[in-house]
Formats: sequence, structure tokens, C-alpha cells
Amino acid sequence: MEHRFLIHKRGDYVGVAVADIEPGERVVGIYMDDDSAVEVEAVDPVPLGHKIAVVPAGDGDTVLEYGIPIGIATGGFGVGSHVHTHNLRSARW
Amino acid sequence: MVGIEGYRRENGRVGVRNHVVVLPVDDLSNAACLSVGAQVPGTLPLPHAYGRLQYGEDLELHFRTLIGTGANPNVAAAIVIGIEPNWTARVAEGIAATGKPVEAFSIEGRGDLETVRLASHAAQRLLQNASELRREAVELGELVVSIKCGESDTTTGLASCPTVGVVVDELVDAGATVFFGETPELTGGEHLIAARCATDELREQFMDTYRRYVQGIESNGADLLGSQPTQGNIAGGLSTIEEKALGNIEKTGTKPVVGVLEPAAAPTNGAGLYFMDSSSAAAEHITLMCAGGAVLHFFPTGQGNVIGNPVEPVIKLTANPHTAATMVEHIDLDVSGLLRRELTLETAGTQLRELLERTANGRLTCAETLGHREFVLTRLYQSA
Repeated sequence: MEHRFLIHKRGDYVGVAVADIEPGERVVGIYMDDDSAVEVEAVDPVPLGHKIAVVPAGDGDTVLEYGIPIGIATGGFGVGSHVHTHNLRSARW
Repeated sequence: MVGIEGYRRENGRVGVRNHVVVLPVDDLSNAACLSVGAQVPGTLPLPHAYGRLQYGEDLELHFRTLIGTGANPNVAAAIVIGIEPNWTARVAEGIAATGKPVEAFSIEGRGDLETVRLASHAAQRLLQNASELRREAVELGELVVSIKCGESDTTTGLASCPTVGVVVDELVDAGATVFFGETPELTGGEHLIAARCATDELREQFMDTYRRYVQGIESNGADLLGSQPTQGNIAGGLSTIEEKALGNIEKTGTKPVVGVLEPAAAPTNGAGLYFMDSSSAAAEHITLMCAGGAVLHFFPTGQGNVIGNPVEPVIKLTANPHTAATMVEHIDLDVSGLLRRELTLETAGTQLRELLERTANGRLTCAETLGHREFVLTRLYQSA
């Protein structure tokens, strides 16, 4: 199956959609650091360029992308969720 | 390798364009400069909004930016016009220190029409002389290149910025100099840049510069929520400043940072990768880097920034397939194949390096063909 999202590093909470993803679709993501694949079921629509969760996060958890914190989960999210400003905030401002 | 032919200037530095600029010292002199440009159409007027009642560090930055722009190796010769003779002479002498031809005119006691008459005769002569300069073979390592991304989205961090990173590493290995900046936009990844500073002293200098910039924002009682990431960034999928910064930093490659520069300052520690203190606003940023001596710019974009610079060609690349399709006239290189994994990073890097060489040899960028000439001066304070 053709990949629909890319993940920077193993351990990241999110991947980036490289094509629009619809809820209910089972989609494959590729880890860019080791070329391994992961499959998740999308919960929300995730447009191209937006993030899809591959690891669940609880409220207040530090969220990793590039293997580095990109912010703090607000309200938490499950695998396959769209992760954006509604459930992720900056730890800086 | 295509091989590069550039213009070797009087001071030995290499340019890739051959402009005769008509540079106003102040806003009042824009009209005269534009008139000279109309009389002698091959010249390049550089109108801007400032230059009166500035003081202190802000005034020093104004002079440094104007002098640096005129001194840039993409400039063959300069006409400088100001309202009064003293500051006009200061800018003209600063540019003339490179050895290139410079002629200065001031308007007080003479008026616009007589100034335009005198300056147009000089401009015609300088333009004809410049037209006889010939390109010669130069090395990749003689170039000074600047980098900044804009209207970023997640595709910049995934693909277009890493493509630039590959070429930045190659340029540095070849002995070239590369500038990056965007001080506040390193937030969340500033530790990654600090770790790459070549010495402890530079690391301290970098962190001081970064903290001062962010404190400046906070001292206005403001934060950047709603501005950083921009509305365009958020539409493209970027959620936080940290995420934006990590994508941004991808384009700096992996080499050590050998110098920390003030805005518009020329490099001081030999060749290599330099951090220059600068805003993340595209036009201001490229204007500062051009004034520092950069002759070519790499601009990865996600959602589609249309920026250009009058003196420094801006090469744009995108990995966002929508942007590549809908803004085709702005995109010099489409690397969206990286997202589909049809293209390797190595191949994308080779394509970008070849485009750099072709652009250096005279190929016009999209921004040049469309007349994008954003020349925007950075202000540090209110005018007195």
C-alpha cells in the first residue's frame, strides 16, 4: 500500500500527511530514519501537510516530532487523530 | 557540476549579476532616484522608506545596510543620491572602499531636476562601462549564499529545507560562506544551533543575541502567539513555533557555526556557516543578508511566498504539490517528489546545486522575471 504520511523519527508522536486522509481510512506511514512502516486508522480528516497521531498523548504530555518537543498536548489525543492547534500548544508562548 | 562564471570585482569578490544601482540615502531622494532609473532604464533604483532622524544603533544599521547593498559583488557601480551632502558622502565612501565606481549627488541647493540631470549622465556612463565587464570562471567556494524559508508548512521541514541543507553542507565543504538567521524563529531549536557553534565564545554570543531578541518582544508586553506561527503556517499544518523552528533549522545543514553577525554585517571569520541576527520577515531578512554580501539566496516555501530581492537573486523551491501546481510561476524547483518518495534527498540536492550554478551563470529566477524587487530596511527604533 502506498504511504500517505511520513514520520521524521522513531519515537515521534505524529506523522505528516503527504496526501489528504479521510476518517476511517487505514493509512500507512513511513519512518524517514529507518524506512520502516506503520499503519493506523484515521479518526479525523487530515489534510496534506497536517499531522496525524501515531502515539496517543494525555493532557499535558510533551509531544515529540523530529525526536524533539514541539509543544504540549491539550486535552490529549488518540492514534489516528488530527493533531493541530486545537489539541497542541506551544510550550514557549 | 555545471561550472560557474561570475563577475570578479575590484576587491576580488565574486558577483553573479552586474547591476548599476541608484541608491537613495533617504526617503526624500526616492523621486530623484526613480527619475534617473527612468532616464537610464538599465540602471536599478532602490527606493526605500527611511533615512531621516534615525540615531544610535538604528542609524548605524541604516548606513551598514545601504553601504553593504552598494558594496555587494552583484553591483558593478553605484549612484548615491541624498538630500544633504554629509550622509550622502558617508554612504558613497563606504561603497567606494570596495574599489568599485561610485558617484554621489545631494539635492539641497540644487533641486531634484538638476540632481537628476547630473546623476543621469553619470548613470549612463557607469552603465556603459558595466556593460563591458565580462564573466570569468570562478569556484563554487567563492560564493556567499544566504538561506531563509517563508510561508513554511510541514512540507518545508520534511523536504524543501532538508534539500537546502544538503547543498549548504556541500557549499561549506567547497569553501563557500553561507548566512542563516531568523532569530526569533529558532525558538524551540535554539539549543541545536548553540550546540553547533564552533567555540564557547560564539555559543555565548549566539545565545545572548537570541535572548536579547526575544526579550525585546516581551518588553513590548507582547508575545508572538497568532504571529508565529503565521496564519499561513497554521493553514499549512504547522501548530507551534517549536515545530516551525525545527523545520526551519533543517535547511542549515550540519556544519559548525563559525560566526555570529550583527544584521547586515559582513563575515569576519573566513568562510563557513554564519548566523546573522535578523527578523524572520522575508523582505527584511534578504535585504540584510544581501547587505552582508550574499549574492544568491535559497528560499524554501510551503504555502507559497513570492519574495524577490533587487540585487540578490532568490531561488525558490517547494515540496508542497499544491503550491508547485497553483503557483508555478514563482517556483524555481519542485521537490514534491520527496514527499512521494519518488525522489531521493541526494538527487534533490544535486538538482538544487545545478540550479544554483545556472542561476549564478545568469539564468533569471522566477522572482527576477516577475519583477519582485523587495528592498526593505530593518528599523530598530522609532525615528527621533
